[in-house]
Amino acid sequence: MDFELMINSFPKLLNAAVITLKLLSVSLIVGLFIGLLFAILRLNKNIFINKFAYGYSYVFRGTPLLVQIFIIYFGLGQIEYLRSTFLWVILKEPYWCAIIAFALNTGAYTSEILRSAFQTIQPGIIEAGKSLGISNKIIFYKIQIPIAIRQSLPAYGNEIILMMKGTSLASTVTIMDLTGVAKYIISTTFKPIEVFIVAGGIYLFMTFIIHNVIKYLEKKYSFSQ
Amino acid sequence: MNIIKKFSLGVLISLFLTISANADKIKIGTEGAYPPWNSKDASGKLIGFEVELAWTLCRYIGQQCEIVEQDWDGMIPALIMRKFDAIMAGMSITAERQKAINFSQGYADEVASLAVMKGSDLEGISTSEGINLTKKTGTVKKDLKTLTSALAGKTVCTQTATIHQNFLESGDVGKVNVRTYKTQDEVNLDLASGRCDVALAAAVAFTDYAEKSGKPVVLVGPTFSGGAFGNGVGVGIRKDDTELLKAFNKAIDKARKNGDISRIATKWFGFDASM
Repeated sequence: MDFELMINSFPKLLNAAVITLKLLSVSLIVGLFIGLLFAILRLNKNIFINKFAYGYSYVFRGTPLLVQIFIIYFGLGQIEYLRSTFLWVILKEPYWCAIIAFALNTGAYTSEILRSAFQTIQPGIIEAGKSLGISNKIIFYKIQIPIAIRQSLPAYGNEIILMMKGTSLASTVTIMDLTGVAKYIISTTFKPIEVFIVAGGIYLFMTFIIHNVIKYLEKKYSFSQ
Repeated sequence: MNIIKKFSLGVLISLFLTISANADKIKIGTEGAYPPWNSKDASGKLIGFEVELAWTLCRYIGQQCEIVEQDWDGMIPALIMRKFDAIMAGMSITAERQKAINFSQGYADEVASLAVMKGSDLEGISTSEGINLTKKTGTVKKDLKTLTSALAGKTVCTQTATIHQNFLESGDVGKVNVRTYKTQDEVNLDLASGRCDVALAAAVAFTDYAEKSGKPVVLVGPTFSGGAFGNGVGVGIRKDDTELLKAFNKAIDKARKNGDISRIATKWFGFDASM
């Protein structure tokens, strides 16, 4: 064990963890909106809208995240027509390609989590709102969405942690995130065990924080107080 | 119960037999993604200059060999962790790598070059034909200065953990915006897509790609050798494996004398890259 290397690489890896957190937070925020939108589309009675939303989540949950990143990064980069459009400004950058892939992926899972949460809302609650003369719109925004979010907290916490680990795939498209920098240090020191232990420790610490934040939120918004 | 016992015994015996059968085989690690040094054909079989040379060297050593695939960025760690016994993967002999492993004498060498897509403004840079970084003469310094200003603000792409990356980060061409990829294939893809303004690799890696893909990739600037680019390509061997090192050195001597290295190099590179 080369402890000196572990100590020396720690600050570099910590810096890289900031990139990892940036990737995670941006894709989670975008993914949450996508997820909410598609969860609502899934509940739509129109069969085309419904199937379209189902197809999206089916495709993105049914293929590996790595393949999705490669298709968006290397695949779209091969289409000559695309390179002459304004889209290329975004797709040219590895960072945005990774964000798109992560957001679409987590969006698919989030839509499933939220959909099942919506479906578990007891009809009585909605009926109670209606009998009080509250409009459907207000019922949806003020009653259904908050309950659905509370219901989905445990599952969504899991999704955040899975996504956090998923961001390590950003290193495959040249992004210097935590894994990317770890690999870079290894490429000059040839000592994978030491460096990956430190990087793994940082990932574990981030999981610890996320886990506890979710646990706190669950407790705070629990129904049985 | 008896059947299970017999079955497990059989499995154990066959396991043991495979292990002992592999024991005296020399395992050689290669990347299989850096043509024409080493690559794979359509069926996934490893081919290339080093694959053919490896079989020749093994014949001279008089031992059975097995060629295994390993990702480039884990090549040296995998050797140290005994996943295989020797590296033949277009790996240049550099002082940095020699801290971790030993190298046999060099068997081949060829120059590195920058490449751009046709129409790039870098096509116009005027430098000498080739520069050797071991001796930093006036012309070399002047060329490096030209390159420094030409590469400023450009995204330069290269494969990770290579001599090319070392050179770009050495400060010889100033502070450049380096982007690193796991394989040379990916560098080529992003050079063609326009994400990279310019790429650095072995000159043959680009000419090979241009030829096979039909993409208008052109070499620009000088060819590089010496200094950060190392002293030729050799067989990487663990520090404690001195016997194997000697065996490879002897085999390379023989192969060179019999003209095998020149012949195989000419076949794959189109010119004699042997040394």
